[in-house]
Amino acid sequence: MEIINTRIGRRSFLKTSGAIGGGLLIGFNWFLSCKALNKREPLNSVPKEWFKINGYIRIGENGMVTIMSPNPEIGQNVMTSMPMIVAEELDTRWENVIVKQGKLDEDAFKNPQFAGGSLSIKKGWDPLRIAGATGRYMLIKAASKELNIPFENLITDKGIIYDKSKKIKIDYGKVASKAANIKVPDDVSLKSIEQYKIIGTSKKNVEGPKIVKGKSLFGIDFQTEDMLISVIEHPPAFGMKVDNFNRDEIKDMPGILDAFIIDTSVPNPGWADVNAFNEIIAIVGNKTWNLLQAKKKLKVKWVTVDNLESSEDHILRLEKDLLNGTVTETRIDGNPNDMFENAFKVIERTYSCPFIAHNTLEPMNFFANVQDNSVELIGPIQTPKALENSISSLLEIPIENIEVKMTRIGGGFGRRLYVHFGLEAALISKKIGAPVKLVYTREDDLTQGVYRPAYKSTYKAAFNSKNELIAFSVLGVGMPSGPVFPNRFPAGAIDNYIAENKSSKTNISTGAWRAPKSNFIAGAEQAFIDEIAEICKKDPIDFRLELLSNAMRDPVGKNFDYDPKRFINVLKLVRDKSFWSSNNEFKGVATYFCHSTYVAEVVEMVLVDKQPKIKNVWCAVDCGIVINKDSAKNMIEGSIIDGIGHALYCELNFKDGRVTNNNFDKYNLMRFNQAPINIEVFFVENNLSPTGLGEPGLPPAIGALANSLYRVTGKRFYNQPFFANENLFES
Amino acid sequence: MNCFYLNFDLKNLIGARKLKSFEINVNDKNHKIEADPSTPLLWILRDNLNLVGTKYGCGISQCGACTIHLNGEAIRSCVYPISSVGNQKITTIEGLSKEGDYSYVQQAWLNEDVSQCGYCQAGQIMTATALLEKNNDPSDEEIDNAMSGNICRCGTYTRIRKAIKTACCNKNNNGNY
Repeated sequence: MEIINTRIGRRSFLKTSGAIGGGLLIGFNWFLSCKALNKREPLNSVPKEWFKINGYIRIGENGMVTIMSPNPEIGQNVMTSMPMIVAEELDTRWENVIVKQGKLDEDAFKNPQFAGGSLSIKKGWDPLRIAGATGRYMLIKAASKELNIPFENLITDKGIIYDKSKKIKIDYGKVASKAANIKVPDDVSLKSIEQYKIIGTSKKNVEGPKIVKGKSLFGIDFQTEDMLISVIEHPPAFGMKVDNFNRDEIKDMPGILDAFIIDTSVPNPGWADVNAFNEIIAIVGNKTWNLLQAKKKLKVKWVTVDNLESSEDHILRLEKDLLNGTVTETRIDGNPNDMFENAFKVIERTYSCPFIAHNTLEPMNFFANVQDNSVELIGPIQTPKALENSISSLLEIPIENIEVKMTRIGGGFGRRLYVHFGLEAALISKKIGAPVKLVYTREDDLTQGVYRPAYKSTYKAAFNSKNELIAFSVLGVGMPSGPVFPNRFPAGAIDNYIAENKSSKTNISTGAWRAPKSNFIAGAEQAFIDEIAEICKKDPIDFRLELLSNAMRDPVGKNFDYDPKRFINVLKLVRDKSFWSSNNEFKGVATYFCHSTYVAEVVEMVLVDKQPKIKNVWCAVDCGIVINKDSAKNMIEGSIIDGIGHALYCELNFKDGRVTNNNFDKYNLMRFNQAPINIEVFFVENNLSPTGLGEPGLPPAIGALANSLYRVTGKRFYNQPFFANENLFES
Repeated sequence: MNCFYLNFDLKNLIGARKLKSFEINVNDKNHKIEADPSTPLLWILRDNLNLVGTKYGCGISQCGACTIHLNGEAIRSCVYPISSVGNQKITTIEGLSKEGDYSYVQQAWLNEDVSQCGYCQAGQIMTATALLEKNNDPSDEEIDNAMSGNICRCGTYTRIRKAIKTACCNKNNNGNY
């Protein structure tokens, strides 16, 4: 049992609870204006009255519990896993739980409402447990008064409070109205891992039934009766700007209400305000097809205001900056330069990756209803708080008059960290004086991105005459910043080590794409380590284990970012589960640590009609306590497919500032028939606090893929996408 | 209402001359629709009938998010104009099963807990259903051929394959699943 203080930060944890006299009746009126979202079907019998226990929990007199899920749901399944944590500490039956998406209200949730950095579970772990445990405390306290039994003599099990003899019992629902008035305790006790009944099991996605029936869930599905629809047109190339367009002609088209230029520039833009184009054309009407027709009839005068970059420019610039650029970040252990100069043998390999787009299958969209001094925003956003802040400064409307509600999100991958589409919807609504849903076409979405930038890195390894590794060097460059994490593995494991970053410029908008930087550097590093192991004549897993043992036994340098023991555990687990042996024909391994989670993966290929096909992937993960086991596996399976798919097939091409592959006929996302046939995921069991799973499974998949491809083809793959246009086999 | 709306209504009346009247059968219900004949079914379903389970993904029949059935055949509604429908029967994801019930394919999707973001899954289920209605026991290759037009950006492909096999089992083992 763990005693935890319920005060997080400087504010009292649950200031709303018991603040209003009498059992507080809560109506779910957040979506009253939103018919489409209001049609929620009850999973179980829904009580007439709900008593609000705290920001997360409402309990009905029949014992049903509603748990508000605080964070945006982008497919990482936090809408199931976060309420599972609350339900665990509340000690209710999962079958009695109804989950609803909370709106933006960080005061009520005492938790950052944010989907990014694989942080939802890691950051939510304490607030969610405290919310559940204080709720349980208040229910027992109320039962103690009701039954006239001392607090210490009462226990709970699955939504029922018992006296210790289990002769007397009372249901949560029967004391809920009184519990709502109990003072929030300063400290509560939390369960120990052995007491868990919900955490660590597999609970199905709470929205699964609605998803398979095609219910309205996503931002793009949202409708109100008086709502208009808008589409946009942005400059066709980075480096261009809108001057004017045939507004009168467009306005005269059937079903078109108006067309105009908006400007979403905010004063003092923050990181979430990255945007390809601030000034864009908006067309407003009431039927999507009319708007798409009008979009085709636009005649726009665009003016060139900056360089018009092409992919070849990016490749050359990265090459040049890798050689001649200024170093922005360095770590040096030992004397790597001397060792390289005096080495018996040195190998040098250069790796690269192109720009890629997020391509969430639900394109960018948002609903906005801007009134004189208030704003209602509803839609798919990973950073609702950042959106609220930017809206406030753009429209000069106070934060308290802005309401942000999150819909289910048809894919995030980092794209919806950036809030510009919400600002665009708000400006359009303001200009037209009516509620508006803005919808991007796929082409708009693909050509107005906040892309994963191109990266390039050079690795060098020095060997003595016995083919032993004596020095290691990595130098990386990216747009705008280098991809190297100087304190990650193999820092700490090699006596003579140098890691450096350089930066390169572009006017293409870039930002976070699932596992930023790691999504490139892991593949490069893990492929290079395979080459080193080969020169050292060591098994690839044994060689990695040796390096990690060095870091554990006698770490080099002042600090490094990882726990070698946890790294070793995942490597050993994947070795066992993948039936790894010295004569693995087509198996490749990689291991990586990012976002506080350790992952090791083995990819196995087969040759089908002389073409390599991915047959099996085995994955071992240490993310501490696993909340929802099968769902955690799903996340890792998806991240493996995402990593492999992008490394094999994806690149975004630019010609004179324009994205040339602007839809899925020209941009190759991984297809069903190209995906691994079988993926098996295993977790290291421990009692450590949980960390995230959205990103860490992706980076090592690329390294394991490259190493497996080498076994099949005899060829090392250095430049992503691997299956672009190269001959796959060693000639 | 401001003057924008007055002009808008007037203009729509003028624009309405281009509109044609259609009667289409969706999920066993007849609907009268006034629309530009070139309008793809996707937008009729979403904007006119509020059947938003059918999703927009690419608009050029490359991702399969908009898959529906026309007389039982899987088609991409984003490129299928309303003028070509005639008296063919349209089934959307909303019409696969009754309220509170699930089709054998939907049930298999729940059993395997396939969904991540869920955006593509209606289209995946429609494509899989069309396959399984014709083929009780598709091979891996037949599944590949049927499903490769449907993109899942979250990468749930291995689970989709499992769910299709589960659905086969459900269907074959107890008739009406």
